[in-house]
Amino acid sequence: MIDAIMNSSHVLVLATDSASDRSSINMALLLSAILFTCGLIGFLSRRNMIIMFLCTELMFQASALALIAFGKVHHDVSGEVFVIFILTVAAAEAALALGLIVLLYRRRETLDSEAWSELKEA
Amino acid sequence: MIELASLSNLTAQALGTFVPAILSDATSNGIPASIAAPELRWAGLILLLPVISAVLCGLCAAMRVKSKLPGLITAVSLVASFGLTLWLFLSLSNADGPVAARTVHLFDWITLSWEPTHQHAATRWTSVTAPFALYIDSLTLLWMLFVTGLGSLIAIYATEYMESDVGKGYARFFGCVSIFLFAMGALVMGGNLILLYLGWEGVGLASYLLVGYYYTKPSAVDAAKKAFIMNRIGDAGLALGIFLIWVNYGSLEYSALFEAMQGAGADGASASWTREAIPYLIMLGAFGKSAQFPLFTWLPDAMEGPTPVSALIHAATMVTAGVYLIARLYPLFELHPHALETVAWIGCFTALLAATIGMAQYDIKRVFAYSTVSQLGYMFLGLGVGTSFGAVYHVFTHAFFKALLFLCCGAIMHGMAGQLDLRKMSGLRNVKGFGIISWTFLVGCLCLAAFPFSSGYFSKDAIIGQAFASDNPNFNFLGWVAVLTAGLTSYYAFRVWFRVCGGPTKYEAGDEVHSDADEAHDDDHGHGHAPAATTHHAAEHWHPHGPRIAINAVLLVICAGALLAAVPAYNAMSGGSNWVQRMVAHSSAFEGAQLHDAHGAEHAHHALSFTGIQDVHTATSVVASVFGMAGLLIALYLHLLNRSAADHLRNGLLSNSLTRWLPIAMENKWYVDEIYHWTFRVPLWALAHVSHFADKNLIDGVVVNGVARLPMDLARLFQPLYNGVLQGYAATMAGGLALILAWVFWIWMQGV
Repeated sequence: MIDAIMNSSHVLVLATDSASDRSSINMALLLSAILFTCGLIGFLSRRNMIIMFLCTELMFQASALALIAFGKVHHDVSGEVFVIFILTVAAAEAALALGLIVLLYRRRETLDSEAWSELKEA
Repeated sequence: MIELASLSNLTAQALGTFVPAILSDATSNGIPASIAAPELRWAGLILLLPVISAVLCGLCAAMRVKSKLPGLITAVSLVASFGLTLWLFLSLSNADGPVAARTVHLFDWITLSWEPTHQHAATRWTSVTAPFALYIDSLTLLWMLFVTGLGSLIAIYATEYMESDVGKGYARFFGCVSIFLFAMGALVMGGNLILLYLGWEGVGLASYLLVGYYYTKPSAVDAAKKAFIMNRIGDAGLALGIFLIWVNYGSLEYSALFEAMQGAGADGASASWTREAIPYLIMLGAFGKSAQFPLFTWLPDAMEGPTPVSALIHAATMVTAGVYLIARLYPLFELHPHALETVAWIGCFTALLAATIGMAQYDIKRVFAYSTVSQLGYMFLGLGVGTSFGAVYHVFTHAFFKALLFLCCGAIMHGMAGQLDLRKMSGLRNVKGFGIISWTFLVGCLCLAAFPFSSGYFSKDAIIGQAFASDNPNFNFLGWVAVLTAGLTSYYAFRVWFRVCGGPTKYEAGDEVHSDADEAHDDDHGHGHAPAATTHHAAEHWHPHGPRIAINAVLLVICAGALLAAVPAYNAMSGGSNWVQRMVAHSSAFEGAQLHDAHGAEHAHHALSFTGIQDVHTATSVVASVFGMAGLLIALYLHLLNRSAADHLRNGLLSNSLTRWLPIAMENKWYVDEIYHWTFRVPLWALAHVSHFADKNLIDGVVVNGVARLPMDLARLFQPLYNGVLQGYAATMAGGLALILAWVFWIWMQGV
């Protein structure tokens, strides 16, 4: 796994290399999938809202990584440009979400998401 | 009888033997080609002056002017308009030559054109143009002369008549009258059918506004709506007729249209149903506006408007627009002989029906309203049997004597606090101040009754004589009906006069009595307003008051006009030519040669040969006069000499079970309104309620709310899945994602 990460960072560094080999792309995509799965599992298994939020960030970055990999395959920088946008939006969204979590915590004195399950419909 | 016959022989020369001379100097088809006359642009002022007056009246209303200023503005501008019309007439008519049609282009109005397409070979025409142009021929001039002339006189009359409304509805009244005069001018002078339609709708609007002038009175509001809606039925026909004229002839401008129609008459081959339908649709419009049989019930109700309006719009001018329309499009109607026969039948039937209703009414304004319907029926009979001259001459004479009759009714109503019931007034000729009213009223009745050598006599005999002169046996039958109707006309006209003006002096005030103090210095009558508080004190001290200078002067002038309208016929009797006939002969209303080959003057044997008189017009005069005199004498006996006999007659008819229905049906207007109520209003009302129910329950209930409920109920079904556990939602999403991925993967595997 470490190896895969090393490989993908290599790909990122050498993004200008037009004759990049397919396997390094596959490695990047694999890393993306693993990151996403980690985030998903974390989100499903934990109830601490801060952890859950971090897991969503993880899934976010996994998709960003995939976009960079596709940009590399297609020799198109818009994938990377798109990631810059995602990072910007994610920063704003993180500020918002953390603020929300603080507010929710103040209401119920707990970070357990179960405490808010009465917001369900009807 | 023999003496009468020899007198009438002179008339025959006036009416019967004139046409061949005209034929020789008119162009072969009877319609002179029109000449573009840009130097006559000032004639547009005839239309512009009423518009300016209407705008000024509107300003007066906005600024709450509390004086007679709006009436003054309207009267001045209408008199100026009449002066311009007269000037136009004098400058165009030379010694004895024809007045050639002139077109005056004022400005472009509607100009549409498009590229021809190959797919639609049937659309042969590629443009619609309707400039704001005037078409001035002798028919236009004739119409405009009496429209603006009577319009000015009646505006002057109304300045006094409407004075109780000064500061309230006065400006509104005169603004509407000005709008009416503009629209009527556009209708008559417009050079194309679109402009005619503009005027047609404009007069309908003005009529609606003025019938509903007393808008706080429910009956007036109902009458206005009725007039508007019944006219709309006719207008739909006119609009469709105009569309079909364009489809068939490719133009809406009269000058081009008449040429196209003469070409159509020549080939005669391409008779499609769209072409055949045109005159019937146009007819529908004419019958709506001129209150003919299926659509006549609005006119008597329109008497809810102020009396000057009844005189101007609903007797003299607007209701003759239908006659004008058919006279103007006479070349079109001549292509369809059956259409003309339909016009004759409907006109004659309406004349008889309305006369029988008029005989049994007690409200004098309603009597004359039915009389108007009946006389309009005569005009359509004249058009139908092929004497557009007779029809137009009757329009001309009728405009004067019927306006006079209505203005007399109005003056009586004004002086008698709104009294219109002929049973409650008697011997008004001896009441101080009512002298001029009574005697001018008599002149109007004489003309209406076609008393020998009055104006109505000449015009009506021109129509009936032509019916008898025709070879068509149907027209001879219609002639007999018209003669009978002439007798009824004479009866109901003199019934009113003998009752109201003759006999011992006796009267009751109407329901608009104000206090005596008001009466003395200020004729403060709210005609048609909610009845004023009738205190005993006021009723005791009430006394009728005669009209002042404006009303009396206008009555005398119009009375003179009604008498002088006979002058053209006298002129023809003394060997000259009938001015009206000359005017009609040189316009598009000229009867084509094909209708005149059956002219009676040359026929030795005609429908009235049994009288032993050679000439058909003389014979008609004699027969119609006999019927007219009989009607007059019956009225004299029943309503002046022995008034109790009238009640005895009525009671006698009522007590006999065989004749019971007759007076009841006549007094109830043959139940035409009730028939319409049950055949049209009630089914429509029921349909409306069924539609309302269907809309509420089917459209709103099942379709709209049903569609809205569907997702709601589905959501209820799946609601338990939303249990509020965040991880549950996320797991669902992840599961869905996994399913989609599996599906994509499966497809991909298939492809490999």
